[in-house]
Amino acid sequence: MLIKFEVNGTPAEVDVEPRLSLADCLRDTLHLTGTHLGCEHGVCGACTVIVNGEAVRSCLMLAVQADGENVVTVEGLSNDEALTPLQAAFRKHHALQCGFCTPGMITTAHALLSEEPNADADRVREVLSGNICRCTGYVPIIEAVLAARTAYGADQ
Amino acid sequence: MNGERAPNILIGRPIERVEDPRFLRGRGQYVADVNKEGQLFAVILRSSVAHGMLRKIDGDSALKIPGVRAVITAPDLGSQVPVIPLRLHPLPQLEPFCQPVLAHDKVRYVGEAMAVVVADTAAIAEDALDHIDVEIDSLPAITDRAGAEAAAATLFEQHGTNVAIKWTAVRGDADKAFQSADYVRRETFRVQRHAALFMEPRGIVAEWDDAAQRLTFWGAAKVAFANRKILADAMGLSEQQIDMVEVDVGGGFGSRGEFYPEDFLIPFAARFLNQPIKWVEDRREHLMTGNHAREIECDVEIAATNDGRILGLRGQSWTDNGAYIRTNGSVAPRNVAQYMSGPYAIENIHLTTSSLTTNKTPAGTYRGPGRFEGDFVRERLIDLMARDLGLDSIEVRRKNLVADAQMPYPFATITPYEFASEFDSGDNHALFELCLEEFGWAEKVELQGKFIDGRYHGISIGCFIEGGAAGPSEDARIVLETDGMFSVYLGSASVGQGIETIMAQIAGDALEVPFDSIRVLHGSTAHVTAGYGSFHSRSTAMGGSAILLAAEALRTKIRAVAAATLGCSPSDVSLDADRARGPSDTSVMYAELSSEPIEAEATFRNKKTTYAYGSLAAHVAVDPGTGQVEVIQVSSTKDVGRMINPATLRGQSVGAIVQGLGGTLLEHLVYDEDGQLLTGTLADYMLPTADDFPNISTTVIELKPAPHIPLGAKGAGEGEIIPIGGVIANAVANALADLGVEPYELPLSPPRIWQLIEAARSSG
Repeated sequence: MLIKFEVNGTPAEVDVEPRLSLADCLRDTLHLTGTHLGCEHGVCGACTVIVNGEAVRSCLMLAVQADGENVVTVEGLSNDEALTPLQAAFRKHHALQCGFCTPGMITTAHALLSEEPNADADRVREVLSGNICRCTGYVPIIEAVLAARTAYGADQ
Repeated sequence: MNGERAPNILIGRPIERVEDPRFLRGRGQYVADVNKEGQLFAVILRSSVAHGMLRKIDGDSALKIPGVRAVITAPDLGSQVPVIPLRLHPLPQLEPFCQPVLAHDKVRYVGEAMAVVVADTAAIAEDALDHIDVEIDSLPAITDRAGAEAAAATLFEQHGTNVAIKWTAVRGDADKAFQSADYVRRETFRVQRHAALFMEPRGIVAEWDDAAQRLTFWGAAKVAFANRKILADAMGLSEQQIDMVEVDVGGGFGSRGEFYPEDFLIPFAARFLNQPIKWVEDRREHLMTGNHAREIECDVEIAATNDGRILGLRGQSWTDNGAYIRTNGSVAPRNVAQYMSGPYAIENIHLTTSSLTTNKTPAGTYRGPGRFEGDFVRERLIDLMARDLGLDSIEVRRKNLVADAQMPYPFATITPYEFASEFDSGDNHALFELCLEEFGWAEKVELQGKFIDGRYHGISIGCFIEGGAAGPSEDARIVLETDGMFSVYLGSASVGQGIETIMAQIAGDALEVPFDSIRVLHGSTAHVTAGYGSFHSRSTAMGGSAILLAAEALRTKIRAVAAATLGCSPSDVSLDADRARGPSDTSVMYAELSSEPIEAEATFRNKKTTYAYGSLAAHVAVDPGTGQVEVIQVSSTKDVGRMINPATLRGQSVGAIVQGLGGTLLEHLVYDEDGQLLTGTLADYMLPTADDFPNISTTVIELKPAPHIPLGAKGAGEGEIIPIGGVIANAVANALADLGVEPYELPLSPPRIWQLIEAARSSG
């Protein structure tokens, strides 16, 4: 099937098998390998991307369902010049070790803070509880996301 | 980092990691991101039967599917199916229990590899699995100790028993100590099967260059050099014909990077078809094929004087090793026996561990192997003893910890494959007192056993040691490049712990050059002559010490080259951050020193284990209506001798604690009586999530440098996971002391705690 959607602000047009997941389409067809596959059954959150502003498990969404939609991956939340405030907070707080879950943490946290810049620690923990990290014990990830809130317009 | 930092100040600072920018931007390159021109995709046909005779595998109809290139079964491997040897403790009596890379006569666990399907896409290869005709005559599955000990059925008929080996740890005269002791208590403890479960699934890309007769293997981790030797032997190649390449690695914790069947099958298939082949496991495969860990039953008794001096530990343990003894399958059973005494001065020890084979996934090491299990038993026994004798559990620990002045102090000696070790240097008592203080024991002790707002509160503290720096050696090679940059090549491997940063800190200080002028390359076999990799918390202590030696050798060479340029004697040359200086204001920039790179390689050898010492305290609240245990606070202390990077070290400590809480409260690989794994998804296998354990505080100090390691650093990657099971179980027992609940088995899941409470109430 031929589908058209926007990925990180760029139009994409790809011919996919109906059974292809959005995650596989992003990784294998579009070579956006920042989206990681940790479980392929919707639990670990490593494959989280942002579809029309919402955090979505790309392993549970078919590529054909993205037809006409707006998709943002971790690559789309990055630039060459400097780390974004959210990324810089992750680095400063040592909120990543092996880095495998990190793209999903970044996309999930970005989607959260874009909607709820004043999210408190409990809210951040609740939302990020859908993303599994095996290295950090989460404590520094929560610290990093809370520290990044000001960049999303949180009340000072 | 900016490039203007003065030299010799990198170690000990929480420098932000050089790895982070690529990971944060989604630009890491993990093995699933590696693609080769013309690659095919492999999937593995796995047994759905736990125990049975393999009668037939027929891939003919699968081969008729367009896009399927091969169905590789045991006869394709040649006259002999390769068997995966032991990497550690290679005892001849264990050889009959080693795993063949493909099942051929018998299958022994659900998930065992039986064939490899190669196709143009992974989806076609997976479709083809359903078209392979397999016949297995089922045999009764052995899934527990009772079954393994019943002689009626064995996994290895020619061996006649399911007991692969029995390890014995001895110190002093335990029987004599128990005869004369005031107090003895014997209990049976169990730890459940769980696993390291790193987040990035295992994967391999292999390419065979037929013209050059060379194999390249992407996806190496942990022990690339050891695996290259195993692979070379199995494929009939020399080690020099194989390049193992380490790309970014998404977590290890002991399990990733050991030699698994696929580590042979995928390279073999690449040579067989003469095309690059890629294989990435899915999570269900991982749960049923990656090394499991921890499953053990321990029947152990403690002897003590009436005033709480521990006289001895005696007993037997049985580890459930699963269907085969894998590369490092002997580590946990050995450690349980040798290190059950932990940081306590226990003069008389006789502990055995029998390694049992069962029809379950083979077991291997997982962070703190054998130590987590042994500490659970020991810390529980100490608290039971204190309660029985009416003593304060704090005072009992103070009384029994090995004192600074007693070191070096020997552990029990383990046999066979005899290994004796001793406490190196450390102050258990100082760490214990610091932990009590950091935790706020004096205030929190008021809560002990109290019923507040519907929950019982309990606190507990335990002590641990962490072994590190396994020998025999590590290699480092440092090259002064012609652009003035220093490349540090290392035999150590990264499993996500931040080696590029830590090693650059060590190298920067050793070379007295800025952090930004160092580039660290590690793990791949092309970098150095030999390497032993990353396990047993060894990378920083061993690899870092090799860097010190190589740096000194390189500085000597640079002085000689500079002396020739500057026309002076090498002893007159001083080395600055970016240049060599001669007498009377002459100097030459490193970038202009030579038209050829200048390099030095060094090997650091060490056979003595380092020990990090520490304590850990916890506060829990137990809901008697549901059995739910909430961990309100965990505080830990640890002495690592010397800190390289406090930020990454804290990361190891907090991460270890939360992993340990997972193993204590949540994680459980459950099998039914037919040997079917019931927890084959992450929805069934419960990992800690961000809202489970919010309050973790860790304190790491530099008190006693490692005496045998020039860097002074001790292994520190496992520590705080070790005491968690025992400390939390003791805190639960303290919370429920009025009810008389004593947990002897992990995990401390709501149903188990609820049942213990109900049983205590009905009997009380």
